[in-house]
Amino acid sequence: MQTAVIRFPASNCDRDAAVALEKITGRKPLIIWHRETELPAGVGFVVMPGGFSYGDYLRSGAIASRSPIVQDIKAKSERGLAVAGFCNGFQILTEAGMLPGALMRNKNLKFVCRPETLTVTHSDSKFTSKYKAKSEVVFPVAHHDGNYFADKETVGRLEKEGRVLFRYTDNPNGSINDIAGIVNAGGNVFGMMPHPERAIDPLHGGTDGIDLFKSILETL
Amino acid sequence: MKALVYVGLKPGVLDPQGRTIARSLNDLGFGEVESALQGKVIELNLSGDDMKAAEARVVEMCEKLLANTVIENYRIEMRAE
Repeated sequence: MQTAVIRFPASNCDRDAAVALEKITGRKPLIIWHRETELPAGVGFVVMPGGFSYGDYLRSGAIASRSPIVQDIKAKSERGLAVAGFCNGFQILTEAGMLPGALMRNKNLKFVCRPETLTVTHSDSKFTSKYKAKSEVVFPVAHHDGNYFADKETVGRLEKEGRVLFRYTDNPNGSINDIAGIVNAGGNVFGMMPHPERAIDPLHGGTDGIDLFKSILETL
Repeated sequence: MKALVYVGLKPGVLDPQGRTIARSLNDLGFGEVESALQGKVIELNLSGDDMKAAEARVVEMCEKLLANTVIENYRIEMRAE
């Protein structure tokens, strides 16, 4: 399976994502510069990495979400392309309208950087099929704007449709309903503030992130 | 001409920065401050002289980039200067 990582100015987890994808697929992912206009043929899974694209100017992820390659990824995701965004990547996906809601300044105004325990809400999704439902995993978080917000109706729909895939056990940022990660209606676009790509090696302190990549890659 | 675009959080959206500003002003003795909302102002210098057409374009800019309408409102002030 050919995978790809999109690199924006001031992405800083692009390499972490590439290392994770290579470790799990056995094949180097393509690194794609944001000015490109089209994904190369054959790419089946795209990661939007963490970082501080464009210095978080205007709003986190706002400028990156308007870059040429994102328009192509968005169009292809509507036809089923698998996409995951972590941290700044999640912010980019919401800003691009590929996932509902928005990531706001953390409620306590603090930059939070620590391992975070999450509950896998259910294993009936392309991104969580390798986990046991209701199991707990530990992924690192490192963000200032991770406070997930959406209007009541949107949150109600996410909950009803089982699209909240991960929840914080000790909410670090004020996210509504303790939401840490959500998926789109098609089930093929996923975003979360924590970093599964930084939990794939014992030296990271844990390997709970591996199954997230294995889950989605197995479906492709 | 100029367009001043004011972008702020919608009512009902928690604004921790505004709340902190209000609290800090209270601490400095400005007890009359009941609340504060923090937003931003974007000043655009525009070519052309048709203000009405320009304003319609600025609305489009707000919808496409300057505001995230999931959480933010915007207000536009056009100036001839």
